[in-house]
Amino acid sequence: MLALGACGLAVAQIARQWSPLAKDGVHDPKSPALGLLQEPGEALSKLPPDTAGNQVAWVRALEEGTIEPRATLFRQAPMEVRDTDVLLNLKGSTPVVRFPHKPHTRWLACSNCHDQLFKKEPGSNVYSMERILQGEQCGVCHGAVAFPLTECNRCHSVPRRSPALAAPGAGR
Amino acid sequence: MRGPFKFAALALTALAFALVAAPLPAEYGDVVLNKRSEKEGVRPVVFPHWFHRIRFRCVVCHDELGFRMRAGANDVLMKDIIDGKFCGMCHNNQIAWGAERCDLCHSGKPGQQSHIVGGHETMGPGRW
Repeated sequence: MLALGACGLAVAQIARQWSPLAKDGVHDPKSPALGLLQEPGEALSKLPPDTAGNQVAWVRALEEGTIEPRATLFRQAPMEVRDTDVLLNLKGSTPVVRFPHKPHTRWLACSNCHDQLFKKEPGSNVYSMERILQGEQCGVCHGAVAFPLTECNRCHSVPRRSPALAAPGAGR
Repeated sequence: MRGPFKFAALALTALAFALVAAPLPAEYGDVVLNKRSEKEGVRPVVFPHWFHRIRFRCVVCHDELGFRMRAGANDVLMKDIIDGKFCGMCHNNQIAWGAERCDLCHSGKPGQQSHIVGGHETMGPGRW
């Protein structure tokens, strides 16, 4: 078991690789910037691991203080962190979606989502995986910069028979 | 298979994968901007989200600086940047390198359209 565990760890280490800029297909290998720009592997290898996207658990990195990104340049207002969860997709067949405001509001302002992408009133938004997959709604970020849409269970995370769904106010 | 053999087999498989693996893609969230660059005779811009989000939360650029959250949707001219707008809020030789270091941003492979690396077409069920 121990050997298997060690091997699994080794595989994970091998799997966590980042393309050098010169070979990533996006940068011009002849660009004089290469060698001056930071390589992804140099920065990202030091951050908490994930299996998708940049292979970095960005929310964890912020929570644990591995990174301390600035919240403003010149503005004086602090981040307006909101600690409410919203349950969505209550009538669907896939597991219920739990949307946690907290990690979102540690990165973003209310106005980034409200009211252009989503109305604030509970139950007033019609969600569609089709639209999300086309880069709208949650798909503005998820599938582009936040964890990708291959990770169904991270959003569809509450089983249909969960006691959480029977709690007063659930789904609001 | 017994323990040690299984370990060796797995390790060899892992090694094989590491050696034969396809070229790695560009970083998830990298944005290529080429609305005007090549027409103006410079390489497309590569904007690495991963680099910037280590140092700044999304809100700084997508609220304070006014960047819309859609690759290619922002009309950014070099004049704006030199005047201290958009990228020029930081790329001013105070927070980050200034606008005269053209090549550091305009470092993209020629011939690309504006796009973001990732997206449902490459990463999600849309293609399954």
